[in-house]
Amino acid sequence: MTASLARQPSRPTDSIDAVRCERITVRFTTERGTVTALENIDLTIPGGSFLTLLGPSGCGKSTLLRVMADLIEPTAGKISVLGDVPARARRNREIGFVFQDAALLPWRNVLDNVTLPLQVGGGKALPGARSPSDLLSLVGLSGWETAYPHELSGGMRQRVAIARALVSGPRLLLMDEPFGALDEITRDRLNEELLQVWESTGTTIVFVTHSIYEAAFLGQKVLLLAARPGRVRELVPVPLPTPRRLPLRETPEFVALAGRLRRVLETC
Amino acid sequence: MVNQAEPLAMAGAFVEDAEAQARFLARKRYLAWRRRLLPVAAVLLFLLLWWQAVERFDIKPFIAPSPVAVAHVLAERFDILMANLVPTAIEAVLGFVLGNFAAMSLATAFVWRKTMEEALFPIAVMVNTIPVVAKAPILVLLLGNGMEPKIAIAAIICFFPTLVNMTRGLRDVRPEQLELMRVLSATSWEVFWRIRVPNALPYLFSALKIAASTAVIGAIVGEWIGSTQGIGALIIQSTYNFDSPLLYATIVVGSTFSALFFGVISIAERYMLRWNVTHNA
Repeated sequence: MTASLARQPSRPTDSIDAVRCERITVRFTTERGTVTALENIDLTIPGGSFLTLLGPSGCGKSTLLRVMADLIEPTAGKISVLGDVPARARRNREIGFVFQDAALLPWRNVLDNVTLPLQVGGGKALPGARSPSDLLSLVGLSGWETAYPHELSGGMRQRVAIARALVSGPRLLLMDEPFGALDEITRDRLNEELLQVWESTGTTIVFVTHSIYEAAFLGQKVLLLAARPGRVRELVPVPLPTPRRLPLRETPEFVALAGRLRRVLETC
Repeated sequence: MVNQAEPLAMAGAFVEDAEAQARFLARKRYLAWRRRLLPVAAVLLFLLLWWQAVERFDIKPFIAPSPVAVAHVLAERFDILMANLVPTAIEAVLGFVLGNFAAMSLATAFVWRKTMEEALFPIAVMVNTIPVVAKAPILVLLLGNGMEPKIAIAAIICFFPTLVNMTRGLRDVRPEQLELMRVLSATSWEVFWRIRVPNALPYLFSALKIAASTAVIGAIVGEWIGSTQGIGALIIQSTYNFDSPLLYATIVVGSTFSALFFGVISIAERYMLRWNVTHNA
């Protein structure tokens, strides 16, 4: 009885920390010398939460995201993703990644792009897999299944990329400035839709942005990073109610928070 | 990146206007016909000028035949022309298939192991620097007097452009697509077939379109040396016999075949690369 009840919560990952970083340092060596992209990052991201990473360019936001996705190996320090090494989480297909420019395969139509994660990975079974067409309707693209990426607008491409990242049923969704290249209205709409996706899936989301408003509107917490070398400046909680809708951004509380983030950012 | 309008929002922007739409379609039809008819008109004008020049200046047929004489030969000696086209066509197509297959295989090896490229690419460059007319006698000595040396020449002439383009297409994959495949824990086999090969197709077809014409040239050049049949042999024979109408007719037949071959590859390209923006534009 109790066991079956324990399986019921809408956020099954709540109990395990999605990401735990201990003194993560990343250095790159080039012909012009060694660059320290990240220095001594300590960070814990609880399961089911929404964290935004905010900072000036060159602060290592994307690098930190790629360390979590097992795309970059840290030079020093310890990281665990969903209670294990990042490589294990990646091989178990528990990580979804959304790139800045969607990174859709131009030779595949919308449905085939979303289906790609189910077709690769050496035939490993995916117990959390979701139906690609359900996800397309979740991101508002029903009826566009047979369109090719070049026929879509930037916003629609990012919607496809989000559906693709969710199809394997990941417990951790990493997003690298996904809406950075979009116009402001499209960006606002996608911000609101992303919150709805987060609320309905319970996936932990780590979202990189350089927009103060986006960081404050989306995140439960905002991690401010300082540049050269990339290090944690401050972890700012966002004491705004959920579910959040766009008019929230005109409330005095939101404006005050954005102002505070801006002041910290100016000293980064 | 092209900043397209949001098609979802655009759907409401279209207003029914039958008259404007009819005008738009009429203009489109006009442009399509102009594109087709202009080259035809230019060719007809050129033939007319050529014919008039031969007539007016009383040019001897063995120097330059009149297009009417060439047309006569094309009609009367059609069977001979076709009998000579068949071996050339077989040589060109077989050479095309073999040369491109070899180039694609080697390009795959290059991308699989950089060492292979570093070791073998300089040899490919050196072979490519040898003129076709110099390769031909070497291959005749090596492979004898049959179709084999002609096929080999056609294959070698196709080989280099495809090797260079295919290697580039397999290698020039967007880094995010590779990062994506790593996040998905894709095997290198999956990365090859699902990312590298489709990415290389536009590059490959550019090379195949070049190869379609050059394979025919290769086969013809091969036939110049020790051959009794084929378009190349017919060119040599008619030249030595001062039979310039036959020479010109032979060239017309060879070029027409070359153009058809090119057309077939272009159609295959349009079918295979429907996703490619440049072909839909």
